[in-house]
Amino acid sequence: MTTATAATGSKRNTLTAGQLSKWAPWVTLAASFALAAGLFMLVAVASSTDFSWAGVAIVGYILFLIILPVVSRIVEGGRKAMDRFMTGLVTGAFLLAFIPLLSLMWTVVSEGAARFDVQYFTESMRNVVGEGGGAIHALVGTLLVTLGATVISVPVGIFTAIYLVEYGRGWVAKGITTLVDIMTGIPSIVTGLFAFALFSLLFSDPGYRSGIGGSVALSVLMIPTVVRSTEEMLKLVPNELREASYALGVPKWLTIVKVVLPTALAGIATGVTLAIARVIGETAPLLIIAGFTASMNYNLFSERMMTLPVYVYNQYIAPGMNVSAAHERAWTGALTLILIVVVLNLIARLVAKIFAPKAGR
Amino acid sequence: MKFTKLGRVAALAAAGALLLSSCASNEAPADESEDTTGGETSSISGTLNGVGASSMGGAQTVWIAGFQTANPDVTVNYDPAGSGAGVEAITGGGADYAGSDAVLEADATSPVCAADGYPVNLPVYISPVAVVFNLEGIDSLNMDAETIANIFKGEITNWNDEAIASQNEGVELPDQAITAVHRSDESGTTENFAEYLSAVAPDTWDAEPDKVFPYEGGEGAQQTSGVIDAVTNNQGTIGYADASRAGELGTVALKVGEEYVEFSADAAAAVVETATIEEGRQDGDLAFEIDRTTTESGVYPLVLVSYTVACSSYEDAEKGALVHAYLTHVISEEGQQAAADEAGSAPISASIRDQITESIAGMVE
Amino acid sequence: MSSAPAAASPKLRAKGRPADIIFQGISTFAGISILVMLGLVAIFLVVQSIPAFGPDFDVKGTSNFLEYVGPLAFGTVWASFLAMIMAVPVAIGIALFITHFAPRKLASTIGFVIDLLAAVPSVVFGLWGANVLAGFMKPAYAWLSDNLGFIPLFAGTASGTGRTILTASIVLAVMVLPIITALSREVFLQTPRLHEEASLALGATRWEMIKMAVLPFGASGIVSASILGLGRALGETMAIAMVLSPSLVVSFILTSGTNPSTIASNIALSFPEAHGNEVSALIATGLVLFIITILVNGLARWLLGRNPRTGGAK
Repeated sequence: MTTATAATGSKRNTLTAGQLSKWAPWVTLAASFALAAGLFMLVAVASSTDFSWAGVAIVGYILFLIILPVVSRIVEGGRKAMDRFMTGLVTGAFLLAFIPLLSLMWTVVSEGAARFDVQYFTESMRNVVGEGGGAIHALVGTLLVTLGATVISVPVGIFTAIYLVEYGRGWVAKGITTLVDIMTGIPSIVTGLFAFALFSLLFSDPGYRSGIGGSVALSVLMIPTVVRSTEEMLKLVPNELREASYALGVPKWLTIVKVVLPTALAGIATGVTLAIARVIGETAPLLIIAGFTASMNYNLFSERMMTLPVYVYNQYIAPGMNVSAAHERAWTGALTLILIVVVLNLIARLVAKIFAPKAGR
Repeated sequence: MKFTKLGRVAALAAAGALLLSSCASNEAPADESEDTTGGETSSISGTLNGVGASSMGGAQTVWIAGFQTANPDVTVNYDPAGSGAGVEAITGGGADYAGSDAVLEADATSPVCAADGYPVNLPVYISPVAVVFNLEGIDSLNMDAETIANIFKGEITNWNDEAIASQNEGVELPDQAITAVHRSDESGTTENFAEYLSAVAPDTWDAEPDKVFPYEGGEGAQQTSGVIDAVTNNQGTIGYADASRAGELGTVALKVGEEYVEFSADAAAAVVETATIEEGRQDGDLAFEIDRTTTESGVYPLVLVSYTVACSSYEDAEKGALVHAYLTHVISEEGQQAAADEAGSAPISASIRDQITESIAGMVE
Repeated sequence: MSSAPAAASPKLRAKGRPADIIFQGISTFAGISILVMLGLVAIFLVVQSIPAFGPDFDVKGTSNFLEYVGPLAFGTVWASFLAMIMAVPVAIGIALFITHFAPRKLASTIGFVIDLLAAVPSVVFGLWGANVLAGFMKPAYAWLSDNLGFIPLFAGTASGTGRTILTASIVLAVMVLPIITALSREVFLQTPRLHEEASLALGATRWEMIKMAVLPFGASGIVSASILGLGRALGETMAIAMVLSPSLVVSFILTSGTNPSTIASNIALSFPEAHGNEVSALIATGLVLFIITILVNGLARWLLGRNPRTGGAK
């Protein structure tokens, strides 16, 4: 032991020479934040203002980004200093992105928890003024409208993908591919305008509102997502499988139904679930076409139907006299929406994991 | 693949169970609530759809709740989509009745009306518009229309401006910048506010009254709640909003004649009392022309009158009976009082109630 | 695109079985129905917006359509531009962190959280932006306009509510961040392993490896990911409608209460109260937005298609 320390003491270890030790970044980090905190403490005392945590975080981080590379440059040289600087920057970007996420989650959960109760999920807003009431009518509406959109989009989407991958050739297929791309870019509010114009024309009713209209608007948004993900999945199915099937004399359509689709099933199911998660929170088109009601409506094809995003928007924007009660309902609605999205995403992950083909990487 | 099939069945079962079990518990079927309503159960049933002004959305909720409690088989929907949507809906046949902050033109027609029927404007919702502000320790300020117009135009930019100070002796005004908050969306509140200012202070407020706030500058906020939020959360702000939402905020007393009048339900109802019906209107069409420049004492001229637009008689007699029953509830004393308590409106006077009762009599003939 | 499976169907055709023909018919019909649907959307937008181009245009004090749509189009592009400035570097940072800095276990969890963020409904972002972020940013705006007011971007009095174009852009940035991150991550993951290892073996630091191997390889992917995110930002409606205090102006000031509005949020806010000519005007602005997003998305696809990533190693 003693010889070893003596050795490092007298003669520098060439392997670790010119290198900062492992704990150096952490020490620098702590020092930077301490410095920043001290600075702000002084400012706060001097000008008798509040101590700013945000300021400490920003200044501390900047100090860290300056001090560490400078120290590194002196000890390790310029290239290593640049590396340390970029590592700090990239990690900083990552942490920065988590601030809004955490803030969002925290606000939604803490504000939404107040009304996350049995009443909220068993009652509608019929005859409710001020406090109380719930969102079961909106929840049922959202489920029905989204179900309608899924029923429309999944067959159309999957068959389109089949067409593109298995049959399509020439300008028609190319045109459809381009149009699907264009469709992904349609602003959601435009689909609402479209569905409204279509249905009020069909039923010659200028005040037309119904759940199915919402389903159509949502399916315009959903179809391209389904087509894209299904197309990708079908393309992943190895051609050897198709050829083997043909070789056995199986007709093309049976090959698609019995060989291609089952192989790609997990991916398709994941894609569909994610597409549902994407449209279930859409507000703008439903605001225009599905309308607004305080009562339960089970019929997708007649009368107005409340949906959860519209409910949240409405409670926030038109709270009536008892503002805090309405805002609590809005936050709980937001919490419910996020939970639905999380559950759908988890389902998609689970499906992908369970049914993932064993082959591949 | 067995697993997927199982999964599908399970998902279907779960979805079905959810749908079946998800009856809203507060929407009790009619037969269950029968014994609570006593012997006199109502025989009317059906669905009534209204679309229109968001300003009376709160009051409509109150009226609908009261009406549906009395008539459990009836569902009334009011979509507070806006006056424009309401007018569009009633003239196009998209709604059974509409709510509007502005009166329908005299020659308007509606497909839901009977051949000899026509749309009528019924002033069922009167609400004072309050000019609210947020200054520490000050609950009320006196201002004339000129000063208010200058503040919202951005000509007066500080609270200790001479124009404000001279009207408020004894009030210590802070040296603070004024943030004037206006509605950024189109609204009847803006239109009534602008109508008042351009009638009383035409030299300063030189823009045509419209649903859109005409001047640049200041802070825009969406909907009444947006304006109230903006004013509540920030010192030195001033805005205009439905008086029912003024709450704890400071309010401006308007100069009418030689005195300053605070808003109140009575003062607001009084201005409608002095109003005359527009010329060229058919029988029963109660389109009022409000005299904004009134100098009568105790009158608060900055009011918003919202109309329910319905047909004098309906093509579908059942619909007519339903609308009649609903509107009778709306203008009834308890209906108006409930709206005053829960939505902060000013109850209509007995004479207007009589006029409306007469106007809607044709619906059930 | 469909060339790979095309190779599967040999030149000599089997005789058409009825079931085969029916199945192909259904598939073709589905494909065509997309054509029809998009055609309907386009036709409807054009037909409904024609009245807006007439001479007697009078909406919100403007006298022709260009005057009306100009500030809105400016606001749309400006807000999205600001959002992209904030989102793109951060997104690249996160994608690099996940692919090259974070431990493997952590990386997949983060990936899931990022995907989740992409699916959070825009009303929720709107609620959060209006209630939390605006209040949080308000003192910062006051500070900026007090101390940096000489810079044109921060001129004038600060907003009293914090609902400025910058707040709206931050919300937009948070919304598009997951999209750009997810796509960039995919691109970075496809960097040929051999390139990375080769540069490390030559003694490059991690950053030098990223700079020389990863970024050049992923450049076109990053650009198209950003443009796809931009497409989303341009069309975003509810979050902006709930957060922003809009006016019909052209202004570059970030901190004032007078902000340009965006096309989508203007439709959402004005449509309920619109009637007559204004409905056409709003639908026409929808058409303009539609065209802008098509152009932007088309650009992204073109860039993506032009540089197909042909990585050597698996």
